[in-house]
Amino acid sequence: MAEKTYQAGVKDYRTTYWTPDYVPLDTDLLACFKVVAQAGVPPEEAAAAVAAESSTGTWTTVWTDLLTDLDYYKGRAYHIEPVPGDASAFYAFVAYPIDLFEEGSVVNVLTSLVGNVFGFKAIRSLRLEDLRFPVAYVKTCGGPPNGIQVERDRLNKYGRPMLGCTIKPKLGLSAKNYGRAVYECLRGGLDFTKDDENINSQPFMRWRHRFEFVMEAVHKAEAETGERKGHYLNVTAPTCEDMLERAEFAKSLGAPIIMHDFLTGGFTANTTLANWCRRNGVLLHIHRAMHAVIDRNPYHGIHFRVLTKCLRLSGGDHLHSGTVVGKLEGDREATIGWIDLMRESFVPESRSRGIFFDQDWGSMPGVVPVASGGIHVWHMPALVAIFGDDSCLQFGGGTLGHPWGNAAGAAANRVAVEACVEARNQGRAVEREGREILTEAAQHSPELKIAMETWKEIKFEFDTVDKLDAQKR
Amino acid sequence: MPEVQPYKATERRGETFSYLPPLSPDNIRKQIQYLVNQGWNPSIEHTEPEKAFSHYWYMWKLPFFGETSVEKILAEIEACHRANPGHHVRLVGYDNYAQSMGTAFIVHRAGSR
Repeated sequence: MAEKTYQAGVKDYRTTYWTPDYVPLDTDLLACFKVVAQAGVPPEEAAAAVAAESSTGTWTTVWTDLLTDLDYYKGRAYHIEPVPGDASAFYAFVAYPIDLFEEGSVVNVLTSLVGNVFGFKAIRSLRLEDLRFPVAYVKTCGGPPNGIQVERDRLNKYGRPMLGCTIKPKLGLSAKNYGRAVYECLRGGLDFTKDDENINSQPFMRWRHRFEFVMEAVHKAEAETGERKGHYLNVTAPTCEDMLERAEFAKSLGAPIIMHDFLTGGFTANTTLANWCRRNGVLLHIHRAMHAVIDRNPYHGIHFRVLTKCLRLSGGDHLHSGTVVGKLEGDREATIGWIDLMRESFVPESRSRGIFFDQDWGSMPGVVPVASGGIHVWHMPALVAIFGDDSCLQFGGGTLGHPWGNAAGAAANRVAVEACVEARNQGRAVEREGREILTEAAQHSPELKIAMETWKEIKFEFDTVDKLDAQKR
Repeated sequence: MPEVQPYKATERRGETFSYLPPLSPDNIRKQIQYLVNQGWNPSIEHTEPEKAFSHYWYMWKLPFFGETSVEKILAEIEACHRANPGHHVRLVGYDNYAQSMGTAFIVHRAGSR
């Protein structure tokens, strides 16, 4: 016997979607939104509206609601709490049943959770602060095609951070001149060089020419140094077909690693490429152009820790994380929070690091965090302390801007990182004693000495725009 | 600012610590102590320099599972070095939690010292 009858019209969302007694299931996907409601909208109603509009609800009752079991499929706002130090906003916690989402599709998860609801009129602004993917869902995703351990083994890099450099100028070099810059960096001691994100296949340097010259440079530097090297060949392309063609060509040249921009390229392309990399044994470096458009505003958008989780599920072996110390935005505790989300197999809730939920990654491999942007040898002690060994530290200007050229700049960075690791292993406080550690190392390295003289004065001391809420108390 | 200096012809290197001066005996002890403190299992490998690019070097005996004595580990490194004077000798720390090597560095480089 039917228990419900159809009544047309508009109902308060909270009668259906506000369920403060609900205890989330282990299989639920959990979300924490930061909500600023329009004046006069009570928090419970705003939270319920977010749950409704990001799951089964629409603005009015429809008769077809009664053809299904909406109580099973609906998202539930189950908790609200104030944002520390900010009376205008509150956190809304929403639980979604796992059946709402296609398996292995971060595309589908995002389309629901950050779809229409972000333009919803009853809400002034909305930010997806964190997501808890149930381990049952994690297991349906491919994840990083190789992972940290496989990368270390393939490239024979142990006991220290890896070093990279983005080739500059960003645009305008010919393929042969570009390969020269790569060769100089790698022979000087870097492990990787990188295509800048906006290098795809422009008239000044088509991708095929770049790939050929760059791989000659990589192979020559490997033969000469006896160390394994790579260059992130950017296969980001206008179509998936072009992307895969470039990936295939990179593989045919023996490239150990390729590169993709996961936000501008899109999650569908990214997951396709990650699957290709897994099948073909190629490492995948992920750039994050456009992330700041999405994650920088503290009141609206998607926090980077959510983008990080989505990328780990979609697949990538490296992901840019920010540096804390360089030219780009990034708070230290928050950054440590999301680099944990990249690398660890279980990350506990930690509000002081901005992490709202326990996250169990099951057996999914980890992603190497990449610190890049405005860093140089003087930052090395702090970078080693913050990021530890499982990281890639990338010095673009900090390599290429060396007064004696790329090879000398590369050697300066390599000496600096090894000196910091050596000192750390000896039990020294690397950050506090950074100046002495680098000065001692420079006695044996004229390249490092000149680098230290060149960049002594550069600092990036602007306040962070997106601070952790927990720090505003 | 001194004149631009040419960068020397590329030298063969050996990964971690190969851009630093040779490790002093005291420093080698400290690096071994660090490896032990991490809970890693020490292992010693050696190779002819011309084969150094391979992932696999000769293993000296077996990994020294559970060995925490810096002096004993050092003695094995020296024994390996004496038995293979023309070889690179490296110390590896097996991290069985990460299923990888926590560290690996050359202690005796063929042709130096």
